[in-house]
Amino acid sequence: MTAVVEQRMAEPVNESVTKGSLRIDDVVKIYDPDGAAVMAVDHCSIDIPAGEICMIVGPSGCGKTTLLNAIAGFHDITSGSIHMDGELLCGPGQMQAEPGSDRIVVFQNGALFPWKTNLDNIAFGPMMAGKLSKSEIYEKARTMMADAGLSGTENNYPGEISSGLRRRVEIVRALMNDPKVLLFDEPYRALDSLTKSVMHEALLEIYYRNKVTIFFITHDLEEAIFLGHRLIIMSSRPCKPKKIVEVDIPHPRDYSVLTSARFREIMSEAKGVVHEEAQKAFDAGEKEG
Amino acid sequence: MSLKKFADKIFSRAALRGIVAIVIFLIIWEIGARSEQLFGYRFPFLGLVPPPSDVLVSWAGLIGDPSYWQSWYMSFLRVFGGFIAAMLIGIPLGLFMAVNKTFYGMYFPTFEILRPIPPLAWVPASIIFWPTQELSIAFVTFLGAFYTIVINVLGGARSINKQFLQAAQSMGASQWDIFRRIVLPATLPSIVVGSAVGMGITWEVVVAAEMISGGGSSGGGAGGGLGFFIWSSYVGGSYEQIIVGMISIGIAGYLSSELLRQAGGLLTPWLKTR
Repeated sequence: MTAVVEQRMAEPVNESVTKGSLRIDDVVKIYDPDGAAVMAVDHCSIDIPAGEICMIVGPSGCGKTTLLNAIAGFHDITSGSIHMDGELLCGPGQMQAEPGSDRIVVFQNGALFPWKTNLDNIAFGPMMAGKLSKSEIYEKARTMMADAGLSGTENNYPGEISSGLRRRVEIVRALMNDPKVLLFDEPYRALDSLTKSVMHEALLEIYYRNKVTIFFITHDLEEAIFLGHRLIIMSSRPCKPKKIVEVDIPHPRDYSVLTSARFREIMSEAKGVVHEEAQKAFDAGEKEG
Repeated sequence: MSLKKFADKIFSRAALRGIVAIVIFLIIWEIGARSEQLFGYRFPFLGLVPPPSDVLVSWAGLIGDPSYWQSWYMSFLRVFGGFIAAMLIGIPLGLFMAVNKTFYGMYFPTFEILRPIPPLAWVPASIIFWPTQELSIAFVTFLGAFYTIVINVLGGARSINKQFLQAAQSMGASQWDIFRRIVLPATLPSIVVGSAVGMGITWEVVVAAEMISGGGSSGGGAGGGLGFFIWSSYVGGSYEQIIVGMISIGIAGYLSSELLRQAGGLLTPWLKTR
């Protein structure tokens, strides 16, 4: 137990990863439906080094997803800029990023195509990219599925497998595109806590094998601390970083981490801030209602 | 399917229940229809209907009659002619309205004004417009399926999960790929549902159209279709044949729907898993 507590120095981020750093600089997003301007993101700046698992923690509806959508290129920003590896994604001159296979989103409700088998879903990205031959793609897809413990479900439709396995298929589908950044939008929200714990370990395993940067939105603190190198705790709407919590528990981690003293310390440190924001969001909601 | 499985299916509990229900229905009908002979009192409604045994005898006489089968053939021809035309025009139209806002804005109001007009209200106009009666009947059946198919395709294509489109876009799919690999398969279930409902309507419409227009270009009698078959049986006073015609339409409609269900199942295999 003490071993974990004494190791106060944050484990340097996966150093072999050199691509996928994100610089979110002073981003503002104002929705303007019918002239009623609603600020979703308020002068938000976050620096994410390549290879980091960055957990964005905040109450529901605080505008975290808006930020994720801006990085993915699903909608524009009002001002500010976002760079990936020093290259402009969106900013002055081009307020909406071009969606690309270097930034793949794993959606909250899952976006596997129900009419394609799991194998065809996983092969979709490379088939669209057209860089490899069909047989190469399917060979790679089968290998990746086997590595993720998905053997035997290749010819099933997503509707035929459990929601936990579906999430895994979706992550594998994302990885098939060789993304630099994986964008997770509360992907485990709908899972029960037992399935969740299995999924967390599986995700870390996938992360250790594949060199990617992870931008992960959640409102589950335990999930955030278990997975992340860093927690960016966001204020309630408009969304803005309020506190950054370094998780100095070394990787690779497994579930024993959850019961460590350091985990509990970080938990209590973060919980106060999160609770305060949740209360604010709740009160704001009360007023609106 | 093995013979054993086939036998199991026929003698399954559900199938037996169905058979028992039909037999009880036929017995009640037979007793009701013969109530005057049996009890000296004519049951209301049922007492006026020919008994099923007489209907069967009349039907047996028709089985060898080519003009009876000609009626089947004509009605099927009109139903499928109108239906296929409705699919060929309705599916692309619905999809195009879903993806093109300008076209939607231009065409949808007109569509919505025309849609509530019942296909049968088109009968006189279409007899005037089309050169042959055959074409006017086909046009009216076409209308029966057309609106339902367009509305379903449009609704299906517009309610696609946006995240499917975003995911495909992120993975480098072109506009054409998105249409062909996402929009089209995502809309298929709605196309199948719209077609099934549309098929039901075409049978309703074709029968009425045949009755009104007098059975098409052949001028009635043989070749007039099942609707005209019922009408001429009524005029000729053969009440058994009216029932035969009605049941024939029931069977024809069921066969068409089943055909569509099978085709729909093959087109959307992923839905079986739900």
